[in-house]
Amino acid sequence: MAMTTPPLTAAPELVRQRLQGKKVDTAGLVFRGLLVVALVTTMAVLVVLLVDVIAGGWSVLSTRPVDFLTGKLGSVAARSGIAQGLRGTFFIGVFVVVLAFPLGVGAAIYLEEYAPRSRFARFVDVNIRNLAGVPSVVYGLLGFAIFVKALRFLTGPGSANGATVISAGLTLAILVLPIVIITAAEAIRAVPDSLREAGFGVGATRWEVVRSHVLPYASPGILTGTVLSLARALGEAAPLILVGATTGFLSEGAGYSLASLQERFTAMPMVIYTWAGRPQPGFQNNTAAAIVVLLTVVLLANAVAILLRNRYEKRR
Amino acid sequence: MAPKTRTDPQGDKRPSPTARPRVDANRPVAEQRPENNARTTVFELEDLSVYYGSFRAIRNVDMRVCEKQITAFIGPSGCGKTTLLRCFNRMNDLVDIARVEGKVLYHGVDLYDSEVNPVEVRRRIGMVFQKPNPFPKSIYDNIAFGPKVAGTKGNMDEIVERSLRRAALWDEVKDRLKASAMGLSGGQQQRLCIARALAVDPEVILMDEPCSALDPIATGRIEDLMEEIKAEYTIIIVTHNMQQAARVSDRCAFFTAEVNETSDTRTGILVELDQTEKMFSNPSDERTENYVTGRFG
Repeated sequence: MAMTTPPLTAAPELVRQRLQGKKVDTAGLVFRGLLVVALVTTMAVLVVLLVDVIAGGWSVLSTRPVDFLTGKLGSVAARSGIAQGLRGTFFIGVFVVVLAFPLGVGAAIYLEEYAPRSRFARFVDVNIRNLAGVPSVVYGLLGFAIFVKALRFLTGPGSANGATVISAGLTLAILVLPIVIITAAEAIRAVPDSLREAGFGVGATRWEVVRSHVLPYASPGILTGTVLSLARALGEAAPLILVGATTGFLSEGAGYSLASLQERFTAMPMVIYTWAGRPQPGFQNNTAAAIVVLLTVVLLANAVAILLRNRYEKRR
Repeated sequence: MAPKTRTDPQGDKRPSPTARPRVDANRPVAEQRPENNARTTVFELEDLSVYYGSFRAIRNVDMRVCEKQITAFIGPSGCGKTTLLRCFNRMNDLVDIARVEGKVLYHGVDLYDSEVNPVEVRRRIGMVFQKPNPFPKSIYDNIAFGPKVAGTKGNMDEIVERSLRRAALWDEVKDRLKASAMGLSGGQQQRLCIARALAVDPEVILMDEPCSALDPIATGRIEDLMEEIKAEYTIIIVTHNMQQAARVSDRCAFFTAEVNETSDTRTGILVELDQTEKMFSNPSDERTENYVTGRFG
């Protein structure tokens, strides 16, 4: 049956011409090009760094990996290892996890959930942000004055004279505390108010709402932030220099006992710093290998953070 | 004289089809009708004003809410309906700068008395919010949370089933109680929120535009649900939808906003509160009539 179609008002050719009209978006293309340049530059620097250290350290890591990880600092490059550095870095990590995480997350919960939105609260908030920007060497000076000098009777009454892993751990815990607070506070702030209202609406107390709803919701963000700050603490060298990490030879063992906390110590960034200053080519390779190990530790910490975050997010 | 904003005194000057008996000027007309006096008063507001900082969001409200009825709050945006609703279970406490003046009497007890614990208030006066806000947990845990924090004794499985049945959601979710509530549709989520409110066995349920985020079918189900549960609960609902107010409510309060002369802000006032049929057919106040007939707002 013949259908009566209304006639087309415009010729299809004309419409096609108009729709296909080319307008070159120059500014857009230039902007996009600049973004790609930024990304490629960043990646290139990173790749060059990684290739350089891995190439330098490969001779050490491939020929004597166990010996390198378990050996002590020494004057012969081919027999030196990083066991003492790993020990110090491990304890610094423990101090940060045990001290900075609970204190920082606690402070963040108070600031976000309990503190009234007063001018004072804003003042505190701004100052925590400022603290996060203070150079790490200043924290090193603070650690030296307080933990190494004033609190020597606690941190290292013996021959170490306060220059112990306790002082270093406390200093670095303080260093990352503002970062932990800021990231945790941001994670808590991202929790929708509707969730809090839902909790209060059925008659929950502030504590019940925070424990059952706010913290579980914010935990992936809190975890990511805290583990990133841990990575930062493990990589810091400047505060360790001021707190007095050993740069030369260290006769004490790589013990993990509590008493050993009050002995002289060193940590991975210090080992790297020390070896990098040695003229012998063997130590150059050791330096690169130590950097690879430290990077691996930091990457592992980040990987754990990502895994934990994904697990918590799935439960939402 | 009738203070400020109750049943507008102007209304008395208009020719009235039936000779209205002389009323006590201090009481809204509706409350002097016998059918309302027969019901128990659950809430009585006395000269209630709410401020956010120095801004007055709603002023000098006097009203009564009767038990086992649905009372609807209607009015244009920004007239303080939601703000007022949040006074009934002290939800405004969560806003730092909010301040309440006047009295909210719940069975004669002022909810804003310093001795009153807002947590206890909210266990008796539940709330359903504008956007469905289930906890990002399982359906079961959504319902169980309220009874758990209230320390309710008894079989939790039974409480969950009873609450979900009352909210007409049981048949749809009984096979997936452990599944996340976030996987439900918007309408189901809102009924879950109603079930969650019912689980702590409140006396009153406050609903803040519970259907504004839902499609008409889901809205219809919620309205049916309200109709069913009003035999047991006192319901106050804020709605932007006049048809909804006309459909579900027994009594209806009309609010409007007056622009303040000194600042460019608006303060809500209660214009009229009466039986719903009367509000929509023969309101006492001209402003109500303009609003319900669509000439304003």
